[in-house]
Amino acid sequence: MSDGGDATTRIVVIGHGPTGHRLVEALRAGGDAARCTVTVIGEETRTAYDRVALTSYLTDGADLGHPAHDEAVEMVTGDAAVAIDRAARTVRTASGRVIGYDALVLATGSAPFVPPVPGRDLPGVFVYRTIDDLDALREHCARLTAGGRAAGGGVGGVGGVVVGGGLLGLEAARALQGLDMDTHVVEVAPWLMPRQLDEGGGAMLRRHIETLGMTVHAGTPMKGLEAGADGAVARVALADGTGVDAGVVVFSAGIRPRDELARGCGLPVGERGGVVVDQACRTEDPAVYAVGECALIGGTVYGLVAPCFSMAEVAAAHLLADAAGGPPSSAAFTGADLSTKLKLMGVDVASFGDPFAGPDQGALDVTYTDPLAGVYKRLIVSDDARTLLGGVLVGDAAAYPALRAHLGAELPGTPEQALFGGVEAAGGELPGATVICSCNNVSAETIRCAVRDQGCTDMAAVKGCTRAGTTCGSCVPLVKKLLDAELTAAGVQVSKALCEHFEHSRAELFDIARVTGITTFSRLIAEHGRGRGCDICKPVVASILASLGHGHILEGEQAALQDTNDHFLANIQKNGTYSVVPRVPGGEITPDALIVIGEVARDFGLYTKITGGQRIDLFGARVEQLPRIWKRLVDAGFESGHAYGKALRTVKSCVGSTWCRYGVQDSTAMAILLELRYRGLRAPHKLKSAVSGCARECAEAQSKDFGVIATEKGWNLYLAGNGGMRPRHADLFATDLTDAELVRYIDRFLMFYIRTADRLQRTASWLEGLEGGLDYLRAVIVDDALGICAELDAAMERHVGAYSDEWRDTLEDPAKLGRFVSFVNAPDTPDPSIVFASERDQIKPVLVTGPRLEVAAR
Amino acid sequence: MTVSPDTAVRATAPPATAPAAPAAPAVPEPAAPAAPAAPAAPAAARWHAVCDYGALTPERGAAAMVGGVQVAVFRTSDGALYAVANLDPFSGAQVISRGITGSRGGAPTVASPMYKQVFDLATGVCLDDPRVALPTFAIRRGPGDRVEVADRDEQRR
Ligand SMILES: Cc1cc2nc3c(=O)[nH]c(=O)nc-3n(C[C@H](O)[C@H](O)[C@H](O)COP(=O)(O)OP(=O)(O)OC[C@H]3O[C@@H](n4cnc5c(N)ncnc54)[C@H](O)[C@@H]3O)c2cc1C
Ligand code: FES
Ligand code: FES
Repeated sequence: MSDGGDATTRIVVIGHGPTGHRLVEALRAGGDAARCTVTVIGEETRTAYDRVALTSYLTDGADLGHPAHDEAVEMVTGDAAVAIDRAARTVRTASGRVIGYDALVLATGSAPFVPPVPGRDLPGVFVYRTIDDLDALREHCARLTAGGRAAGGGVGGVGGVVVGGGLLGLEAARALQGLDMDTHVVEVAPWLMPRQLDEGGGAMLRRHIETLGMTVHAGTPMKGLEAGADGAVARVALADGTGVDAGVVVFSAGIRPRDELARGCGLPVGERGGVVVDQACRTEDPAVYAVGECALIGGTVYGLVAPCFSMAEVAAAHLLADAAGGPPSSAAFTGADLSTKLKLMGVDVASFGDPFAGPDQGALDVTYTDPLAGVYKRLIVSDDARTLLGGVLVGDAAAYPALRAHLGAELPGTPEQALFGGVEAAGGELPGATVICSCNNVSAETIRCAVRDQGCTDMAAVKGCTRAGTTCGSCVPLVKKLLDAELTAAGVQVSKALCEHFEHSRAELFDIARVTGITTFSRLIAEHGRGRGCDICKPVVASILASLGHGHILEGEQAALQDTNDHFLANIQKNGTYSVVPRVPGGEITPDALIVIGEVARDFGLYTKITGGQRIDLFGARVEQLPRIWKRLVDAGFESGHAYGKALRTVKSCVGSTWCRYGVQDSTAMAILLELRYRGLRAPHKLKSAVSGCARECAEAQSKDFGVIATEKGWNLYLAGNGGMRPRHADLFATDLTDAELVRYIDRFLMFYIRTADRLQRTASWLEGLEGGLDYLRAVIVDDALGICAELDAAMERHVGAYSDEWRDTLEDPAKLGRFVSFVNAPDTPDPSIVFASERDQIKPVLVTGPRLEVAAR
Repeated sequence: MTVSPDTAVRATAPPATAPAAPAAPAVPEPAAPAAPAAPAAPAAARWHAVCDYGALTPERGAAAMVGGVQVAVFRTSDGALYAVANLDPFSGAQVISRGITGSRGGAPTVASPMYKQVFDLATGVCLDDPRVALPTFAIRRGPGDRVEVADRDEQRR
């Protein structure tokens, strides 16, 4: 296997710690897994295990093993790699095996740093890194206690010293105590956990540690270790002349990346160690990657598992893309959250964000100390006290998951409220992009989607599906909260059912409507659902019927299905007024047309703003004004911009080759062509597009549902990009297309998406969920693998042929106009609750009543 | 909305807000959490005709001004009529009449178009947060097939 076939890429991974394991998992899960063979060389006798939970091996006898890889992965264990020959592309192991590779990944992790003090090699001196270390430590301590007892040892028991008062040192100290040692912690810095805690937090932590029965020697460097009569360690001498009697010493004074293999084969390493890699985790040699704790990335060696996992994912994406021979992956490692929560039983310690920011960084802090309860809390906020930048919690870290989730975001209340758990209730309202599980980089939205769309109904399923909560576990309470909130919101139904009225998913309903030819909601719900519908299924069905080309969206019964935006062909704003957006195809507009917009806005007193989609949004229109506003616009040649609909919004463009000296194609003309072709097309969600006239990409086409970039020879088509909350770069779908090819592929892409996507699913998550991904999409659209291209083409032709401006149609139909009234019994009386103030020479809404929720404290 | 468990939230009747409204200051409705307001007309109710029955689109609401208070009037597909306050307690905007109607577990509902909370049309209770309720109004098909809405007690005091 090591010299396997030519068609496949031979990937060799050195080191099977958590990072190596994650990397192999990602390699095997990718769509291109079959294109490579994977060999893992691990020095430890066992395959990867959960090092983060190492201590529980001692305390609970936990089985930490990570799940085995599938059989196709070749595992070499108990045999360290000792040399890399980059010219021959081979790895040699201690036992003399020589293994060839096409791509090599170093995942060798790090080794504990043992300072060069006298006595460091004495028996009874340990490090705390592997299961073997722990076995040896336990055995030694057992001998000591047995011997101590036999010798009628002192009341205080045998002394044990941990050198290093950081996160891992304290964990080791707790473990030593569990092994019945009289435990001391020696820390050179003036307080404990100096890398995470400020002085106040460190002081409070010390009190807790002392309450647990340990002795802390902080601010005292160690001088050396002294042996006893039996030749084993007996005493730790401190620089201040004192000492601690100890039968066991554990070094936990930091870690050093294991970069010796890289050094040996001439790859660059950092000044203080670490294999130098770029954002793709690649070393100077494009065939060699390094990931995890052995890598120096962006100038940093990361000692927490979350960034290590991110690196594994990034490297896997590149390896797979290279193996597939397609376009290179754009995955990049961009930094990491260094929040920590100490897992010491009994003492809550957490630090997150930047706990050291001060006024110089534009930061303020709010501190709370309760010496009696042993609580110290400090939050770092931006100088307007609204954005959470970091914090330290000692003694009570219950608020940690929620606080960490708000890191870098606006606090829901004052910092004081946040200190006292005020963000706790916010579980259900966390912004979707908030990272809930930083170990595995899982956002709130991902968890919600798992519950909503993937049918996860318990923690086990959510963990399995998203990996959230599977590493350090500190996010579990928050994950649970999101799960519960989402389940509650969903009522009883947890399946793919749209809502309580339909058992079907949106895609199924689409097919039902298409195949049966049903054209009304009442028939659809009578024959395929139950009850009377709701604000979920009604707009979905309305959109399906519109996509299938069943007439004006305000025609007959369809009118009642639309949400308020579609119902009034405008976007509702916070005070109940609407905004108006005329279509400006491609963002191209004549001076006369601009003047009309200006005059309309002026005459109706509307607030105007230029949108990101290259058009103009007019705010503050009352319902009964909409027809009069639109009459003026339609008369001047404008038409609906569908800003209110789940439909095509805009096709943005740069000015292109007509004016731009770099442009290679007429991007504006193409944008106009596309916008006019797809205007009014109803979809599961809004659609955005852009066309750039050259590779400089001024129109940002790669963040759109379908983006087009001009090339010398034609057009490159990018699909399923997204801006907004969950940005996603669009995938390059096809290159150097002619105009006709471009339009044909977009036609089919849109129609296939409309047919098969879920409710409110953007193209980005639709493609991510599409089994077979981009390759499958190409097979469907380019090769007609499903034999539906003719149907998709015909559906789009029908749409293009049947298009008619919704606003013009509405203005011509008194029945439709009839609903644009403020009050049925006073059609022309403006809603008196709509009031405006003035700001920067324009109107702004003022809520006269304000939300009418009275909160009555008991 | 963030409310700790030991607090109670209740909706209040919309006060007369704007200069255009007659001077009939509304008194906050003390109805305790989730107490369904009786849809039956109070003894001394004053009825206001608001529109023809036929003018209401089935499954769609309309706003009406009743004694200076905005009322959202609904006709459901089974022909029944409902009236609740037009003021959305969650957003503070007068928009309930523009929500999508439907049913939840048999109860007729309307969803606020603003933040999508769902209210029981018959009782006004918010089904997503039962501590909040919309005031309800008695409504009937009166003489001449006119839809009539009764004003509430406190509006007449
Ligand atoms: C006690 C303890 C508690 C921790 N707690 C936390 C925590 O709460 N949160 C957190 O984020 N992180 C924690 N960590 C850190 C976390 O365990 C590491 O970040 C993680 O293990 C890094 O994974 P890795 O695979 O890169 O390196 P490692 O886990 O070090 O794995 C590297 C593997 O490669 C092998 N190897 C090295 N050289 C060779 C060679 N030449 N040939 C073959 N094999 C080789 C090693 O034997 C090892 O098995 C903790 C670590 C310890 C020790
Ligand atoms: S944050 Fe560590 S498992 Fe989620
Ligand atoms: S011509 Fe527009 S991006 Fe280059």
